[in-house]
Amino acid sequence: MKRQILFGMAAAVFCAGAVTAQTAPADVEFTDGAITQSLSGNPGNPEEGKRVFSTAALGNCVACHAAEITKDIPFPGDVGPALDGAADRWTEAQLRGLVGNAKMTFEGTVMPAFYKSSGYIRPGDDYTGKAGAEPLAPILNAQQVEDVVAYLLTFKE
Amino acid sequence: MKPRRIKTALAATALFGLALTGMAIADPVDDKLVIDGVEIKTTAEAPAHLDGALPELISGWHFRDTETRAMQADDFDNPGMIFVDRGLDTWNAVDGTEGKSCASCHEGPESMAGLRPVIPRVDAETGKLMNIEAYVNNCRTTRMGAEAWNPKGGDMTDMMALISLQSRGELVNVAIDGPAAPFYELGKEIYYTRYGQLELSCANCHEDNNGNYIRSDHLSQGHTNGFPLYRLKDAGLVTAQGRFVGCVRDTRAETFAIGSDEFNALELYVASRGNGLAVEGVGVRH
Ligand code: HEC
Ligand code: HEC
Repeated sequence: MKRQILFGMAAAVFCAGAVTAQTAPADVEFTDGAITQSLSGNPGNPEEGKRVFSTAALGNCVACHAAEITKDIPFPGDVGPALDGAADRWTEAQLRGLVGNAKMTFEGTVMPAFYKSSGYIRPGDDYTGKAGAEPLAPILNAQQVEDVVAYLLTFKE
Repeated sequence: MKPRRIKTALAATALFGLALTGMAIADPVDDKLVIDGVEIKTTAEAPAHLDGALPELISGWHFRDTETRAMQADDFDNPGMIFVDRGLDTWNAVDGTEGKSCASCHEGPESMAGLRPVIPRVDAETGKLMNIEAYVNNCRTTRMGAEAWNPKGGDMTDMMALISLQSRGELVNVAIDGPAAPFYELGKEIYYTRYGQLELSCANCHEDNNGNYIRSDHLSQGHTNGFPLYRLKDAGLVTAQGRFVGCVRDTRAETFAIGSDEFNALELYVASRGNGLAVEGVGVRH
């Protein structure tokens, strides 16, 4: 916990510009669907990750996934499988890859790629229905991906 | 009834050895839509051209909750019927430089019976793909000397409700061959294209996942036989193309314009997927 707080402060300091270990969406490397390096260079915060998971304007993972651990979030969808035990099935790197671009793991999946900025057909400007210009901001930023991965790592059975 | 969806769920289960417990498998409600003692056909055998893409056709009505279904089953409770009345007033109202109303040329709105099930269609004279909005605006501008209506505006949607009601219960049967074939092909291509930052096609939601929930929305097969619909959420009528705009926008994509060649073709293609379902004549959805 203490380490996280320290890192958080460090991130705040470095946000101003100079040194960040952040990987841009276009530079992400996938190894068998997994992303080995932290995208933000900082550890994720599982509580923030829960917010990303449940907030419609962020990850909105709950639109498609239920799990015992998320049962306080109302009306989960069932387009995707229940995520109970996800952390027992997948490594941290695999989970990061699944959130970053699940199509690298499951070809053709309906699960959106959350850390991708180009290569779209008629990309929009958020939910306005108007045209957006690539590169788009990824749906989740690097730290939000790390946060949701940290949250997924608590999905143990 | 939903082999495809169950397949996905089972695949995940088999892969990870999960138990299916806690997974809500929600099928469309088994119910009959009877209005004034007449049954409206809300399920049908899938047309051959769908090539097995849907095992059976099921109207969006079956995917809505008990109250919403009941509202549509009773014309006194169906809020869409108020707009039908307004449409009738407009039908009889003179407008434009020629001093004419719809009634001047078409007599009563019953003369429109049989139109809604075959729309959109390629107009024999012009070769253009026409939906009801296009026919109405063509009459207004070329025969009445009046301004075209906004295709989403109240005058237009009232008129569509009135015209659709004349064919209530008739089975959707749009042509997809002959001059309609290229429009059908374009519409089909659009239906299966994964647009926007969420990279989702119409088929991803309405073919692969109908019967599943996306958050609290119970995904239907996305048929257009109920349109124009009264949407409780908007407290007003929505047209098929108006609905398409919303669905495409929700994929974080740039939508097509209402009345564009793309949406006209898509309207034909989506209608053809519902060939065999009855025109509901102002459906109610939430
Ligand atoms: C539009 C639907 C949709 C959304 C939104 C979505 N997913 Fe998924 N997800 C799926 C589907 C479907 C699969 C199963 C892969 C397949 O078969 O296509 C999946 C698979 C997964 C898996 C692996 C499945 C397992 O149980 O081992 C994880 C982990 C996961 N998603 C996490 C997330 C997270 C975290 C988010 C949000 C940041 C999210 N998903 C958003 C549809 C979705
Ligand atoms: C992200 C998921 C998603 C995608 C992609 C999507 N829709 Fe929908 N659509 C919905 C939801 C949710 C509803 C409301 C519940 C229902 O009827 O399925 C809906 C409703 C509809 C309806 C109304 C059906 C009725 O009886 O009320 C039609 C028609 C429709 N969609 C057509 C389309 C078409 C055409 C496309 C592609 C251009 C499309 N949808 C893409 C989610 C989606």
